[in-house]
Amino acid sequence: MWVIAGGKTAMADRTVFKSGATLAIIAAACTALVAATYQLTRERIAANEQVWLEQSLQPVLSGITFDGGISESLLTIPAPHALPGSENALVYRVYADELPVAALFVVSARDGYAGPIRLLVGVDTKGEITGVHVLAHRETPGLGDGVETGKSDWAAQFANRSLTNTSADRWKIRRDGGDFDQLTGASVTPRAIVKAVKETLQYFDANATDIFAAAADSEADK
Amino acid sequence: MTTPTFMERLKTGLWDENPGLVQLLGLCPLLAVTSTFTNGLGLGIATLSVLVLSNTLVSLTRRWIRGEIRIPIYVLIIASLVTCTELIFKAWFPALDRSLGIFIPLIVTNCAIVARAEVFAARNAVTASVVDGLVMGIGFALLLMAIGLFRELVAMGWLLAVLPPGAFFALALAIAAKNTIDRRRQNQGDGALSRRAAR
Repeated sequence: MWVIAGGKTAMADRTVFKSGATLAIIAAACTALVAATYQLTRERIAANEQVWLEQSLQPVLSGITFDGGISESLLTIPAPHALPGSENALVYRVYADELPVAALFVVSARDGYAGPIRLLVGVDTKGEITGVHVLAHRETPGLGDGVETGKSDWAAQFANRSLTNTSADRWKIRRDGGDFDQLTGASVTPRAIVKAVKETLQYFDANATDIFAAAADSEADK
Repeated sequence: MTTPTFMERLKTGLWDENPGLVQLLGLCPLLAVTSTFTNGLGLGIATLSVLVLSNTLVSLTRRWIRGEIRIPIYVLIIASLVTCTELIFKAWFPALDRSLGIFIPLIVTNCAIVARAEVFAARNAVTASVVDGLVMGIGFALLLMAIGLFRELVAMGWLLAVLPPGAFFALALAIAAKNTIDRRRQNQGDGALSRRAAR
C-alpha cells in the first residue's frame, strides 16, 4: 500500500516538474520574443513619440506669439522633483524676441485610473495656463478618455486658469467642491489631471527664474 | 473525412462560422472600435496577425504541452504576441495606434483567439492551423471593416451611428441580414442539393 502510494506521488512529482519546466521554457521563449521586438522597435517608437510631442507643442500655446525653435530649448528636470510624476520631467522654454513668454511642461499624473497619464501643460510667464494636452494614457475608453483633446473639449477649461484667479482650494473637480468639470461616469481621471496641472503651476510659480536661467540640454544628452 | 479545400475553409471563416456573426466572439472590440472604416481595418489586421501567429505557435507546441497547463501557455503565447503587435503598431503606424488606443493591447482578451487555439490549433497540424487563423481572422476583419464603413456612412445623416448604440444596431442588422440570407437559401434549394451543401 505504502509503496503504491509512494510510487504514485513520485510519478505525480515528475509530472508537476515536467509541466513546470514546459511552462518555464515557453515563458522564457515568449519573453525573448517580446524583448527582441522591443529592441527592434525602440528607436522608432521614441522618434514617433518625439514627433507627436513636438506636433502638440504649438496647439498648447494658443494666443501666444513666439520665436521658432522651441524644441531646442528643452530642459530635462531629473526625478525626483516637485513636479507630478516619478519619471524625468521635460520643460520646453518659449521665447518671444528672446524674452521668456511661456514654459511647456511634460509631466505625468500618477493617480489616473489605469497607470500614469502623460500631460503637456503650457504656462505663460504670468502663471496662466495656455493649454493642457493629454499625450498618452490608458484610461477607460468612452469614459476617462474624454480628457483627450480629440475626444471632447474637457481639457479646454484649463485655458487662462492660474493660481491667482483660481485659489488653491478651488483646483478640484466640481464633485469635490472645486471649479473644474468632471466627465460623465469618470471622476478619477479628471481629478488626477486637475491635481497634476495645479502642482505644475505651483512648481512654475516657485522655480520660474531658475527654469529660464538654466542652460538647455546639450545635443549629446538628448 | 476529406480535407476541406482552402476555398471551403475560407467560406467557413467568412460566413458559416464567422467569429463575430455566428460564434459571437470578440464582440467588445468589435463594438467599441468600429466607429470608422480605418479603425476597423487597423484592429482587423492586428487581430488577424495575432490569430495566425498564435494558431501557429499553439499548433507547433501542441505535442509536448500537457492538458493541465495548456491554458496558461495559450495566455503566455497570446499576450506576448499582442505585446509585439502593439510595439510594431507604435513603431510603424503611430497614428492608427493612437486612434485604436487601448484596444490593441486588449486584443489579448479577444476570446476568438483563445477559442481558435483551444478548438482548432491544439488538435491540428501547423498548415491547417495557419489556414484556420487566416480564414477566421479575415472573417473577423471583414466584419469589423463592414461595420466600420456602415457606421461611418450612416453617421453622415444620423449621428447616433458613430455613438456606442450605433454599434449594437449595426451588428444586429448584420446578424439579421446573415440569418435572412441563410434561411432564404435553405427554403429555395429545399432539395437534396442544399442538404448536402449544408453538411
